[in-house]
Amino acid sequence: MDDLIEYAPDLAAGFLVNVKIALVCAVISLVLGTVLVSFRVSPTPVLRAAGTVYVNVVRNTPLTLVLAFSALGLSDTIGLTFSDEPSTNGFWLVVLGLSAYTATFVGEALRSGINTVPLGQAEAARAIGLTFLQSLRLIILPQAFRAVVAPLGSVMIAMIKNTTVALAAGYLADSAFVMKDTFDDTGVSIPIFIGLVLAFMAVTLPVGFFTGWLSRRLAVVR
Amino acid sequence: MTEAGGSSPLVKLEAVNKHFGTLHVLRDIELSVARGEVVVVIGPSGGGKSTLCRVINRLETIDSGGITFDGQALPAEGKALAKLRSEVGMVFQSFNLFSHKTILENVTLGPIKVRGIARQQAEQRGLELLERVGIASQAAKYPAQLSGGQQQRVAIARALAMDPKMILFDEPTSALDPEMVQEVLDVMVGLASDGMTMLVVTHEMGFARRAADRVVFMADGQIVEESAPEEFFTQPKSDRARDFLSKILTH
Ligand SMILES: Nc1ncnc2c1ncn2[C@@H]1O[C@H](COP(=O)(O)OP(=O)(O)O)[C@@H](O)[C@H]1O
Ligand SMILES: [Mg+2]
Repeated sequence: MDDLIEYAPDLAAGFLVNVKIALVCAVISLVLGTVLVSFRVSPTPVLRAAGTVYVNVVRNTPLTLVLAFSALGLSDTIGLTFSDEPSTNGFWLVVLGLSAYTATFVGEALRSGINTVPLGQAEAARAIGLTFLQSLRLIILPQAFRAVVAPLGSVMIAMIKNTTVALAAGYLADSAFVMKDTFDDTGVSIPIFIGLVLAFMAVTLPVGFFTGWLSRRLAVVR
Repeated sequence: MTEAGGSSPLVKLEAVNKHFGTLHVLRDIELSVARGEVVVVIGPSGGGKSTLCRVINRLETIDSGGITFDGQALPAEGKALAKLRSEVGMVFQSFNLFSHKTILENVTLGPIKVRGIARQQAEQRGLELLERVGIASQAAKYPAQLSGGQQQRVAIARALAMDPKMILFDEPTSALDPEMVQEVLDVMVGLASDGMTMLVVTHEMGFARRAADRVVFMADGQIVEESAPEEFFTQPKSDRARDFLSKILTH
């Protein structure tokens, strides 16, 4: 217990890093996932193929490898840097890798949502003269989103927990890193461990409850 | 509504053929619809009536032959195709109202997004159209809260909101409970007498007799016969039509 109190400020700072990564990733992965699914249902074969290849490659690669690629491949080899400050640079590399990874799950969730939208909706949209993108944006995706709010919540929960893999991209003192670092000094401390689990649950549980509530509220009645 | 070019047909199909895989669903279809004309298409299920409707606004492509609308060949894709579709209304058997939009939004979406009309103006016009089909009091509701007959009347208002040159109806009353059929047919008869050009797939003989200029009998992907409504129902020329009529008349 004393360990938890003594190291609480460091752990809290680490946890804040996880929260920040999660917030930015949530936004980017939702946007990117929407773009991906638009590719996958596009009438243009090249875009469809690009979307399919991207999803199948990235979704089936372990996250640690995606992040390592983002750090080593993009950063060290190609020289992609977001900032001279190592921790800021690390932050954005993690955000990039985790968003790219999470977007594939967002895209697949949305695709199953699109499958719940009756074909007649798209036909009616085309019949009044909406273009493909307009039908997608105004008719199909809004209904698809509503159908998969709860699964998207699960994707977000997984993403929040995945922020603890951040140190695979290096230079970033997230809570899992701080915990391991602390254990090096103190030995394994059960209170620290439980404290961190509770901190994550304090974030993920509300996400689950909120998206569950939202999905009932937004459900499209047919 | 006689405009320039008023004598040329609004829609003309010439030697149109269409397959689904090995199934030959449209066989050498020749059909013209004049401006202001109401054509009823009738025939057994699977005969290609829906496909005929759908090729006219290019929801389905054709394999050979030609279709012109308002003197122009149907555009293949892109903005031109979207424009064509906005000029050809379509009313489906299953209504297909946008489930996540209110009744008023269903009617104003096209004018706002396709035509670029200001929201306020579109809403005013939308309410007028809903009034015309007798649904104005339901404007704020969602489609699922309306009866089938009401939904179909909204679908007609949605088509009208685009100021189409023509409306295609694909069995607009087949999915309705019997007591709701008449309210939809009444709206359609009103449109016909206002001079709207209509292609209507339906088995409602009452409607055909009251509103149609011509009846086209279609079976196995072919137009088997074309006649004036009264003549078709009392003295069908082909055996297929006689056989078909005896079936729908006895039931
Ligand atoms: N998208 C499609 N794919 C394959 N076959 C189809 C498709 N649409 C219709 N068909 C077939 O084409 C034939 C004609 O269909 P349709 O035009 O719907 O006839 P109708 O409206 O007169 O009942 C039917 O045999 C039907 O099964
Ligand atoms: Mg049909």
